[in-house]
Amino acid sequence: MSRSVKKGPFIAARLLEKIQAMNQRGEKRVIKTWARASTISPEFVGHTLAVHNGNKFIPVYITENMVGHKLGEFAPTRLFRGHGGKLADKRSKAK
Amino acid sequence: MARIAGVDLPRNKRVEIALTYIYGIGLPTSQRILQQTGVNPDRRVHELTDEEVNRLRRIIESQLKVEGALRTEVSMNVKRLMDIGCYRGLRHRRGLPVRGQRTHTNARTHKGPRRAIAGKKKAPKK
Repeated sequence: MSRSVKKGPFIAARLLEKIQAMNQRGEKRVIKTWARASTISPEFVGHTLAVHNGNKFIPVYITENMVGHKLGEFAPTRLFRGHGGKLADKRSKAK
Repeated sequence: MARIAGVDLPRNKRVEIALTYIYGIGLPTSQRILQQTGVNPDRRVHELTDEEVNRLRRIIESQLKVEGALRTEVSMNVKRLMDIGCYRGLRHRRGLPVRGQRTHTNARTHKGPRRAIAGKKKAPKK
């Protein structure tokens, strides 16, 4: 079920603060964040955020198209190496 | 011959049903259109007068997005998801279900016909 409109979108407050501060200073720096559930607001556009995927931080460059999606959608948490067959055997041994 | 939005309507079906042969019109939309134009949904397509067909055509072409235009819109939406590299886009690229359904079994509608996996042996019967 989708979120109540009354509440507005969830945007991690701390992250938004940091980005607004950066926008005022016209500065661009990668911010590490764990806030995967945070919606991408228009202020984020043009920044690069390092989104945690449970293992490491995935750099995500925010474009205009991404507004309204959640940060977590751009940092996949699962790694699929394929099923069976010679190719997959080799790959799993190499690891 | 009733031809609306580039689709030939089946001549011997009730109008209500015949309109659903157009991509983008289902039964509810079809019923709404017929109510708006005042055409009896139980009439067969070949019984319609030219004037009635024109009324239907006008309302469909002016108010609804159907066939080609709708198909392009849908594929543009999918393309957008793939281009921004979000989770749903990745699922589309892989041809896997997008909305969190299980893939251990089933999911054949999106994955298509089963492909044999090389070197996989059948489980022996006990």
